[in-house]
Amino acid sequence: MTILPYLAAGWIFLAGLYGMVTSRNIIRTIGCLSVAQSATYVLLLAIGYRRGGTAPVFSDASPRSRVVDPVVQALTLTDVVVGATVTALLLALAIQLRKRHGTLDPDALTGLKG
Amino acid sequence: MTTADLLPLAVAVPLLGAVLLAAAGNRLPRLARDVIVTVAAAAVLADLVALWHGSAHGRVVNWLGGYRPRHGVSVGIVLVGDRTGVAVALLAALLVLAVVCYSWRYFAEPPARHAGTFPALILLFEAGMCGFALTGDLFDAFVFFELMGTVAYALTGYHIEDPRPLQGALTFGVVNSLAAYATLLGIGLLYARTGELGFASIGAALEGHRADALLVTAFVLVLTGLLVKAAVVPFHFWLPDAHSVAPTPVCMLLSGVMVELGVYGVARVYTVVFAGPHGIPHGAFRDTFVGFGVLTALTGAVMCWQQRHLKRMLAFSTIAHVGLFLTGVALLTPQGLAGTALYVAGHAGAKAALFGVTGVLLDRYGSVDEDTLHGRARELPLAGVLFTLGGLALAGLPPFGLGLGKAVAEHAAAADLRWLPAVFVAVSAATGGAVLRAALHVFAGAGTADHHRPGPQATGDAEEPEIREASRRVPAPMLVVPAVLLAGSLAVGVLPAVAHALAGAAASFTDRAGYLSAAADGPAGRTNPVPQAGWTTEGVLLGCLSALLAVACAAGSVWGAKVPWPAGRRAALTVRTASRRVILPLRRLHSGHLGDYVSWLAGGIAVLLLVLLAQV
Repeated sequence: MTILPYLAAGWIFLAGLYGMVTSRNIIRTIGCLSVAQSATYVLLLAIGYRRGGTAPVFSDASPRSRVVDPVVQALTLTDVVVGATVTALLLALAIQLRKRHGTLDPDALTGLKG
Repeated sequence: MTTADLLPLAVAVPLLGAVLLAAAGNRLPRLARDVIVTVAAAAVLADLVALWHGSAHGRVVNWLGGYRPRHGVSVGIVLVGDRTGVAVALLAALLVLAVVCYSWRYFAEPPARHAGTFPALILLFEAGMCGFALTGDLFDAFVFFELMGTVAYALTGYHIEDPRPLQGALTFGVVNSLAAYATLLGIGLLYARTGELGFASIGAALEGHRADALLVTAFVLVLTGLLVKAAVVPFHFWLPDAHSVAPTPVCMLLSGVMVELGVYGVARVYTVVFAGPHGIPHGAFRDTFVGFGVLTALTGAVMCWQQRHLKRMLAFSTIAHVGLFLTGVALLTPQGLAGTALYVAGHAGAKAALFGVTGVLLDRYGSVDEDTLHGRARELPLAGVLFTLGGLALAGLPPFGLGLGKAVAEHAAAADLRWLPAVFVAVSAATGGAVLRAALHVFAGAGTADHHRPGPQATGDAEEPEIREASRRVPAPMLVVPAVLLAGSLAVGVLPAVAHALAGAAASFTDRAGYLSAAADGPAGRTNPVPQAGWTTEGVLLGCLSALLAVACAAGSVWGAKVPWPAGRRAALTVRTASRRVILPLRRLHSGHLGDYVSWLAGGIAVLLLVLLAQV
């Protein structure tokens, strides 16, 4: 197992973070949030990987065959569902904000401060 | 049915109620919807009360579906009801019931095509909070955490006609979700090291490893989500933005219990998972989080005093108190925890009552701005009395529960650092004083309204009134519920049985070996001695001192510029100039800009990582 997938996960998270900090559009911010989230997919799947392992489905394989860790795959699936919910809700809020406020630029949203 | 079966019911009952309301809400008359939501909330409360009695002699453990650990390895999901977890869930259920009653008349016109939405979301929120409090599994904690979070974003942005709630909900959602993903990265790292996901199993497995950079990174990442939920500085920026725009009943839940769940999560994760022999050293945790707690408390108190938007003021006061809660928890002593538990219980009642009364103002005048409302609420004497009592309770006046919690936590803190009680007194006085000042301005019309305050600020004008009917009278539940909540806060301080029960819960919370053994189906551990958690002379005196200081602050700011003797006038002026120099930069940091908040989040993670790496 190399350290490369872990570094890749860290890099993706930081890239998403950078995009959120510099974003000038709420839709882009939400997109970058999803990028940051995909770091968790990469990390979880990398943790469960076993060299030479196949998918953990035993219907046509011997129960003793080498498989990757199914637990992290279940975690990733749950994570995907959570992410889809959050992204959908945030995008709905963004659409509504565009309708009511006429802008999606965070610099123009000045109602809450101080 | 055994006691263990009550654990999943605390999550399942509100979920079923929410499904029923969401599916059939349109076809049911209004009364039926109110009855369903009230019955569901009351059923959860009854379930948790039974669980509280069932957990009197040890932790209640339920491996869902019967997937028990075999030979020390587990793939199942575990719910663990220890007395602290059940108490937190009980607090959530009590507040949900109060909020449900408060909202009976609150939303006169629910969205026509989606009638059951609001009560359904409240029940979903309750399911998330109860699940988070009762789970014994780290990944499940993340899922419940996200369930609770997502529902809270939706509830915050419930008034979708108004741009400000949308902005507050977006900030809330983006910052909290990003932090939750950091938590998931941390959970991944822990799984990579131990191959386990249960609190107890990870904690047991980590005892065989050294504390290294991976462990510290995992610790910081897991804590990030919890610290953001707990609104610890510098992770707190989302909270005032969300609280100042969310519907009032939602604010009662967010401030009263959701934020405190973050502190509970920090304490639970540290004591069970990381406090083992080769984990994060106790000294490092104590020093770091007492530091973060004090910083949070002071920032919250200063910002609270500056607000004219009443809900925002209460939101910053929540941040200040969360700082004190974190300090009390970080002491890692049973007495510190007992004090914090009492403090949280008392705070939930008082803060929810204050939000409730603010909701009355919003309902009647369409504004929650201290200056705009100046003197207008003279016609609501009962609301004024409740608001003032809430302010005094917040300042720690005996015999309110807040005062008792503060006294016990102060006593525990003084054993660690001599100067910590001074922080408790100052922060209570500032937050209580701000509320009393607002009460004098709004309900008594004292002093003059200051319409031209310097610096960036959020005004409380032009809020969408939450009730559209021009009713002549305030709906009764909107004043009865705050009064009951205040009475509850008083009961926490007055009834010695409550204090004793929470002290016992705190003693078993610090018993790490007992938790690990119970989760692995082992024998019950020994019980720690129950700490002292009653009124002492010192506690009463400090409570009276902070309440007096709060009254003095409020009176000074209302009448300070008009006192007849020159020295007093000069003092008031000096305070005002100094506060402008120091506080304006701090207020500018709360810019309302999403990108800034994400940068603060990243910076906070980096600082926490460096501070802990240096100490391990």
